[in-house]
Amino acid sequence: MEKKPFERPLIKRLNAGMPSKFGMHTHIEALTEIDGLKVEDLVAEHGSPLYVLSERILRKTYRDAYNVFSTRYPRVQFAWSYKTNYLDAVCNVFHQEGAWAEVVSGFEYEKAVRNGVPGSRIIFNGPDKQEEDLKLAIQNGSLIHIDHFDELYLLLELAEKGTGKPKVAIRINMDTGIYPQWDRFGFNYENGEAWEALNRILLSEKMELVGLHTHIGTYILTADAYRIAASKLAILATGIERKYGKVIRYIDIGGGFASKNTLKGAYIPGTDAAPSFEEYADAVSSALIKSDIKPENLPLLVLETGRALVDDAGFLLGTVLANKRLADGRRATIADIGVNLLFTSFWYQHEVLPAQEVSQHTEDTTLYGPLCMNIDVIRDAIDFPLLKKGDHIVIKRIGAYNMTQWLQFITYRPRVVMIDESGKVHVIREREDLEHLIRLERIPAHLKSDDARKK
Amino acid sequence: MIRLKKNIAVSDTGFVFDPSTGESFTVNETGMKIIGYLKEGKSSEEITSLITQEYNIDPLSFEKYSQDFMDMLKQYDMLEYEKEV
Repeated sequence: MEKKPFERPLIKRLNAGMPSKFGMHTHIEALTEIDGLKVEDLVAEHGSPLYVLSERILRKTYRDAYNVFSTRYPRVQFAWSYKTNYLDAVCNVFHQEGAWAEVVSGFEYEKAVRNGVPGSRIIFNGPDKQEEDLKLAIQNGSLIHIDHFDELYLLLELAEKGTGKPKVAIRINMDTGIYPQWDRFGFNYENGEAWEALNRILLSEKMELVGLHTHIGTYILTADAYRIAASKLAILATGIERKYGKVIRYIDIGGGFASKNTLKGAYIPGTDAAPSFEEYADAVSSALIKSDIKPENLPLLVLETGRALVDDAGFLLGTVLANKRLADGRRATIADIGVNLLFTSFWYQHEVLPAQEVSQHTEDTTLYGPLCMNIDVIRDAIDFPLLKKGDHIVIKRIGAYNMTQWLQFITYRPRVVMIDESGKVHVIREREDLEHLIRLERIPAHLKSDDARKK
Repeated sequence: MIRLKKNIAVSDTGFVFDPSTGESFTVNETGMKIIGYLKEGKSSEEITSLITQEYNIDPLSFEKYSQDFMDMLKQYDMLEYEKEV
């Protein structure tokens, strides 16, 4: 007779009529497959932990977002935010879909060029642009978004030295009714600093002002903030046209759209709280269309959406290493995914799902990583099914920032694979190994192992 | 020998009631089996043998999970120690 599957025994106190902090009980569905491929097979072949990206979801999310904006506004251009995920395979999916590149450092600029993005389709943002980076960007005709006066004057100097005529926009910070107001980037709208920068650029005639840019914040849960931002940029654009007869070619509304992840401390899950692309698009496009910009001069609308385009396409697969009890009897589960691989766990309550069928029984569990550090907590309180050592878990919506802000710590960073639209798995970043990690190290002669042993 | 306190009531559907505290508990299938065997006065060796015959688990792995389960019963103050005569 075939034996029954074993589930570890569980006893749980009932609090009749009292919803727990997780709300009323909901059944946790296992996520056994990603794009038709079994999680178990992916881990068996590529190891655990494992980052998985779905090309299907990447493309679908991009097309959904593009369609939503382009059906509301006549001229729309996305620029892929490299810092969100600059793995070449991911960037190239978005470039194939038609996205430009939006970079914030010399390194990212080099990556975009290497990925074959024409210079004129690279937006160069950020407060740290080195002189050499700027020279290259000027020569390539890239769109330089000036962050501060030091950069503005450096560009003037380079232009005077004959490097070329920089194509520039200025980044503008402003009050859009949200907190915190990101006033550390760019020039302020309300106190007139933005106009000072614009006057300096336009009066110099050494630079070509092509756009206006803002990036109001991150994970913005109110679409109305974008309406305010777009309106203020439109007021500047009409002012520039009136004063200088100069038509602004594009308005870049930046990024900051929320993904469906749930922020820590939020009572409403991100799937319910985050505005849809439609809401953001309505806010931005209606503000521009209703503005005083002449219809024939409507600027290109540039979007630097990162998180909302890539988060859903990323999955992090892991394995349960151990179960234990904390001093008060609470369950603790240790998985092989540390906070170094899931940087976003510092601000998201990531959805963690079992990768195999489970019963309806759950326990209040703390999910730890393997790092031997007290801060290594993936979820500090999660109603979780009864997993055993060796069982697999899937963490959803991890495509944004985790593959750029990850840290190599005490072990190797794992493989990253992409499942293409036909279901074929491609390794897009190899697992690190010792050779890779020590390649940049140099040992002084007196510390080489033979000499060190003699001493 | 460890055994379940006599006044602990167990239903067939997985509910456990402790009349001394008024608290109710829910147990899963394997938990209910173990509690049932404890009520019948079975030893830990006998329980291991019965569970491993019925379920797909080896004795060593089961010992790990049953120890954890017994710890929880202890935490909820449901066990008592019968003095050897």
